[in-house]
Amino acid sequence: MSNRRSPWLTLTAVLVYGFLYLPIVVLIIFAFNSSRQNVTFEGIVNRDPCGPFYWFCRVFQNQDALDASVNTLRIALTSTVIATVIGTMAALALQRHAFRLKLFAETSLYIPIVIPEIVMGIGILVLFNALFKFINTTFDLAPAQRLGLGLGTVIISHVAFSVPFVTLTVRTRLHSFDRAVEEAAADLGANAWTTFRRVTLPLIMPGVVAGAMLAFTLSLDDFIITFFTNGPGSTTLPIYVYGLLRRTVTPEVNALSTMWILVVLIALFASNRVQRRTS
Amino acid sequence: MLQRLRESKSLQGTLLASPAMLWMIALLIVPLLLIVITSFGQRDPDGNVIYTFTFDNYIRLMGFSADCPDGVGTCFNSLYLEILARSVGLALVTTIFTIVLGYPLAYYVARAPAKRRNMLLFLILVPLWTNFVIRVYAWIRILRAFEMLYTPQAVLVGMVYEFIPFMILPMYTSLEKIDPSLYEAAADLGASSLRTFLKVTLPLSLPGVVAGTLLVFVPVMGTFVVSDILGGKQFVLVGNLIQRQFLDARDPTFGAAASIVLMGMTLIVMIIYTRKFGFGEEVVIT
Repeated sequence: MSNRRSPWLTLTAVLVYGFLYLPIVVLIIFAFNSSRQNVTFEGIVNRDPCGPFYWFCRVFQNQDALDASVNTLRIALTSTVIATVIGTMAALALQRHAFRLKLFAETSLYIPIVIPEIVMGIGILVLFNALFKFINTTFDLAPAQRLGLGLGTVIISHVAFSVPFVTLTVRTRLHSFDRAVEEAAADLGANAWTTFRRVTLPLIMPGVVAGAMLAFTLSLDDFIITFFTNGPGSTTLPIYVYGLLRRTVTPEVNALSTMWILVVLIALFASNRVQRRTS
Repeated sequence: MLQRLRESKSLQGTLLASPAMLWMIALLIVPLLLIVITSFGQRDPDGNVIYTFTFDNYIRLMGFSADCPDGVGTCFNSLYLEILARSVGLALVTTIFTIVLGYPLAYYVARAPAKRRNMLLFLILVPLWTNFVIRVYAWIRILRAFEMLYTPQAVLVGMVYEFIPFMILPMYTSLEKIDPSLYEAAADLGASSLRTFLKVTLPLSLPGVVAGTLLVFVPVMGTFVVSDILGGKQFVLVGNLIQRQFLDARDPTFGAAASIVLMGMTLIVMIIYTRKFGFGEEVVIT
């Protein structure tokens, strides 16, 4: 077919890509700034250790930044695994079974998409506060044992906003699924579990992986829900940077973000290669 | 028991769906009910919530207050109404900008050779992996260079930037599904490219636009980070108002009432919109 595209379209696309990458380029440039205040660019830093990569080396001595990075990854990985499992289960149930609470399940899974995150965030905060206060006073817990906001509450909340996206993604995959292959497996004597493991799961895998990727991205990127549910020891990268904005943001933060971008690009590139090789 | 489970499809369905449902009940429905209850409460001088049944918070939000400067009767201050109107206005304008800027890009990627499509999609997703706050923070330098920092325009730029990927992806999904032979057919029948776009492409991609609108309008209504960082102290959105009630001002009951109003406004706009354009069959972004 004639795949002619107007130069105007190409130009607009290039401009929008430029818009998407402009702040990222600026971010990377400022990671090499010699000014600690980092308000204007005052030349490339050249200081020991590491010379122009001074700020990159400094990050590794900044315990808060390292902790925040580790927390972000731990939260994203854990919540993704939980959300993917229960979200896929719900997708199977909704797509293939008629059950009494189906309409309720379906509606409740759509709610997070139409409700502003801040409402969910403060709701969860009010819930946890009330719950912990109740538990701590009823069982008269010692200060060290008292329940409070932390890594656990952040993970639980991240699962809550990820599950609907996993379910929706897996459902679209199930939608175009030919049930005949499952019937064939059953006819050949496979039991329900074997059929699921050997036939159903491999076929819906692209949907499950896409759902998991989405959950992981949402968790990495989340600020608002984490803002309301984090506590001591569960500061994530966005929360850490937000806290710094009130004071000075040294080029260390730029260096840290630059390294994140590099890691992401390498991971994407690697997964792309692996996918290409397996297919 | 096990025998029954094996035979009953309904029981299997309930069991499979129950973890997700329990999670949604505990972390979505219960919290929403708690906000509704809190919004009718009162605050004691220490900032604790007293559970009563009063509409005071809602009345205050509408601008009526009992403690006036002259000390008599009730008086009216449009401050909160202005904040609400500003939030809806900004969300609408942001949505329009993301459609206008995002549509050409989505179309470009959808019509690109299949080999390059994945790469082009990845390029849209990569900024999302660098985290929300850092991206907003990066705009400070650029906006300062253009002498735009701490203006309403700065907030608009930040909002469009943050949410445009969520508009592009669903639009791409529906544009990519359009059978290329439809374009050929339209051309064979003598339709101009503008006519083809208006009669074929646009209607077929509408579900993607609707889904994208949902994914952009709702979060813009509720965010407080972009306005906080790029708008300065004066540019207050309903998100900022709510956040301050829960942290600085410590009046959770008023914050809860503002959340209920925010949710109500979002739902009303979305209902009007989906009535007109449908629900967007593909809310999924992959």
